Order: sequence, then structure tokens, then C-alpha cells
Amino acid sequence: MNKLRVERVSKMFGGLQALKNVSLETGGEILGLIGPNGAGKTTLFNVISGFLPPTEGAVYYNGHSLHRFRPHQIVRLGIARTFQIVKPFGDLSVLDNVLTGCGMPVYPSWRAFFRRYHTPLTEKAADEILELTDLSAWRDVPASSLPIGLQRRLEIARALATRPDLLLLDEPAAGLTSHEAEALAQLVRRLHQQGKSIIVIEHNMAFAMGLCERIVVLAQGEIIAVGPPEEIQNNEQVINVYLGRSK
Amino acid sequence: MSGYLMSVAVFVGIWVTLALSLNILTGYAGQVSLGHAAFFGIGAYTSAVLAVRYGQPFGVDFLAAILVTGLAGTVLGLPSLRVRHDFLVLATMGVNFVVVAVFKYVDFFGGAMGLVNIPAPEFFGTTFRGGVPYLLLVWGYVVVVWLVSWYISKTWVGLAFHTIRLDEDAAAAVGVSSARFKIYAFGISAALAGGAGSLYAHFIGSVFPDTFVFVESIAILSMIVFGGVGTLRGPIIGAIILKAAPELLRFVQDYRFTIYGALLVLMMLFQPMGLIGEGSWLWRNLTALFRRPAASQQPQQEVAQ
Repeated sequence: MNKLRVERVSKMFGGLQALKNVSLETGGEILGLIGPNGAGKTTLFNVISGFLPPTEGAVYYNGHSLHRFRPHQIVRLGIARTFQIVKPFGDLSVLDNVLTGCGMPVYPSWRAFFRRYHTPLTEKAADEILELTDLSAWRDVPASSLPIGLQRRLEIARALATRPDLLLLDEPAAGLTSHEAEALAQLVRRLHQQGKSIIVIEHNMAFAMGLCERIVVLAQGEIIAVGPPEEIQNNEQVINVYLGRSK
Repeated sequence: MSGYLMSVAVFVGIWVTLALSLNILTGYAGQVSLGHAAFFGIGAYTSAVLAVRYGQPFGVDFLAAILVTGLAGTVLGLPSLRVRHDFLVLATMGVNFVVVAVFKYVDFFGGAMGLVNIPAPEFFGTTFRGGVPYLLLVWGYVVVVWLVSWYISKTWVGLAFHTIRLDEDAAAAVGVSSARFKIYAFGISAALAGGAGSLYAHFIGSVFPDTFVFVESIAILSMIVFGGVGTLRGPIIGAIILKAAPELLRFVQDYRFTIYGALLVLMMLFQPMGLIGEGSWLWRNLTALFRRPAASQQPQQEVAQ
């Protein structure tokens, strides 16, 4: 169940090779995706979630190719994502932001025209997610008025509202205080316990090491190392690439 | 009410529905269109052709106008899926020019001379031209369009419109197909404008291509921007003020578009949310006035401290 397979994916932007023959398989774990700036981490997320077509290779989810699926269709398959640069619906309240995710089952059909989105049932579902992500106190304020840390949490809440099996988190801890980051790590662990697979892009090494069961290191579009955190920490090549240390 | 005031009230009602219908596309779904007069025209010509060439009664003309225009909006909205923002504005302008050219150069539509002698609506042997009954008919349609707008704002389709207006990538990330919902917005918006066109054609009794030109699209867009884009009240007030003022104040008539332009610039500079849009100066003060008259001094005290 919820097995993601990335098979020999390459992505070219003009002359720039953002991803080079990337293959990985994941499911049922918290997978960390780390690497220096420009390593292709977000590009890989964009390919998986359908925002960018791969130049070569393919992505399979539970055995089915995601080729030609549009982003909104990939969400329906159970893969939700957040954005590195947060994209809250600023004018909408925090509750309504989460409701946008809850509405997925009605969007594709004509029922969307005849069903109200504020009902006791939908609000209950959204409130549960706000509870889980500790956002209930901000329920009715416009999303744009939240500080960045809360906006990051709202991104996760909105993605969760789509009821994903696989959650792609793009630098969820960026700009958070250490206290906030710890709360976030706990949330991610809890989601994992509920049976969700999670891929986290992270810059903060300590955060990634503490959270992930397995780590993939990307550098210049290539996977240079895969393994459990302890192993990655001591990998010569990773240290070289990450800290820019010369031999 | 004099016949003149009556016809002003009919015109205002028709333009209120035009503003409300454009508001669904531009205010809700965020697709700025400068081609709304084209859909107004398609509705008017559909009605006129059915009435003059095929002798169909008003009820048939009116419903056909809504259907045909809704379909035209859906089809003409398709190319707009490939463009965003400024380019969408240009594309909708183009649609407006093409539609007017078709009215003008195709003989079937009467060419530059238009279609004349459109019969007034007739119910149970009584004709409805002018007078209170037609006024009620038009404002009844205003109520219908307002109710449709209101209902959309409460349903999932309205929430989906919000998401594509605010951020198409984020919308896709919550499962909203922006293509599908843009087409819905174009279709609904056009269909409602088509109804307005039919009411216009049967009121005036004739249609000419020049009524539905590009500047009229600007006027309709001005109305919703002036009143408050995206709200249920703004387009109504905007259309009433901008349509009634030139009719009632004769000296304004000649400078109509100069004044529209100047108002647009001023609104963009000082009240981009519109006259009574969410958070505008007038709306804040109005709501404060009506909601808690006794508590109005409280904020001032806080400032003083």
C-alpha cells in the first residue's frame, strides 16, 4: 500500500539538468530528502505531484504510472503536498483554507453546485484537522494575517484535509523556532503512526536526522547517498557536498 | 413615475444584472474580462433573431438567450484557459471585437442596421413594453441573478472559484481543476448576461452592433470595480451609480467614459476594494454605524491610551 516508485527520472530546464536519473522507492516510512540549494529536491516534488512533467523516466504510485496525471488528479489519488514558499489562500479564513482541502470529493462533479461548504459535518471534519495541527485558536482569522510559522502549519493542515496516504512536505521547518520545529516533528510522527507515508525536504540537518527513518541525499540532481541517518551523517561524500569541504 | 424615469430604472436593472454576472467571473473566479458586452450582445441577438426571423414568443427567446449565451461563454472561454492575467484581458477583448464584427458583417444579423421591430413580451394577450410590468420583470431578473450569485458564494463551486482566484497552484494542490472551474465561471457568467441581453432587446425593440462594443465592456468592469469586486453588494451599487448618473445628469452623458476612467483611477489609488467592498472606508463606517452604535467610541479610547 501507498508505495511510491520514482524510476530513472531526469528533468531538464533548457540546458540545466535539474534531475539526473533519479530512482527511489518509498512507502510506509518517513523519508528525508536533503541536499544543498539547487540540488533538485523541490523539482523532484514537482515531478511527483504532477506540477512538472519529467523529461525522462516515470513515477509510479501503487503500481500505476502517474504519467499524464494533472496535479489536481494526483491529489485525488492520495498524494498531497505543501509548498516551500507557502501558498495560503490569504483572503480566506484559516477554517475555509482547510475546507478547500475537505471539498475534494465534490469538486469533480456537479454536486459542487448544490452543496454548501459550511455545514456542521464539513466544519467538524475541518475542526478535527485544526485540532490536530494546533490551529484551532486561529480558526476564524484570515490566513494572510498569520505569522510564517503558523502559515507553514496551515499548509500542512490543508494538505491533510485532502486525506492523503502520502504526504510531501517541502521544508516544513524553515523559519520555525526550535520549539515550533519540535512540535512539528511530533505532528509528523503522529501522522506516520496513523499510517501515512511521508517525504520531508529539509535543510535543517538536526531536524531531518531526528525525524526520518531513511534519508536520500541529492546533489546537483543526482542521488549520492541513501541510508539511515547515522550512516548518512558519517558518509564522506555527503559531508563533502553538504559542507563544501575539500579533501 | 414618469416614462423616462421608468426606462432609466429598467436600464439600471439590466446593467445591475450585467455587473453581477461579470462579478461571478471576475470577482469570484478572478478572471478579468473585458469582453462581457459580447455576451450581453449574444443574448440580445439570440432573442432578436428568434423574435424577428422566427416569430418566437418572449419566453422562448429569453430562455434561448440564456442557453445560447451560456454555451457561447463556455466555448469562447476555452481559449482563455491557455492565458492568464494581462493576456486573458487581451483575449477577452479580442472575443468582444470578433463578436461585434459578426453582428455587423453577417446579413443574417441585420448588419450595421441591426434588427428592428422586436415585439414586446406578451403574456395572456397583454403586451409588456415599458410600464411597471416590464420594470418588475427586469428587477425580478435582478433578484434571480443576485440569488444565483449568493448561492454560488455558499457552495463548493464558489469556494473553488476563490481558490483559483487566489492561487492556481495551491488550488491544484487541494484538488481543484482550474480549467474546469474557469469554464464553469465563464459559462454561468455569460448565461446570466445573455438573459440581460434578451431583456434589453425586448425593451428597446431593436438591436444594433454598436451597443455591444468593447467600451461597454469597460463600463461594466468599471461598475464592479467601483462598487467592490467580489462582493454581493458592490456590483449593484456600482451599476446603479454609474448607470443612473449619466442618464439623470444630462451634462455627464457626454463625458461618460471620461468620468468612468477618472473614477477607476481614483478608486485604484485610494479605495482598491471599491466603494463598499470588504474593508473599504465607507463600508467600515457603515457597518460600525449599524452594528454597535453605542460602542463606537471604544476604539478611539484605545488609541488615546
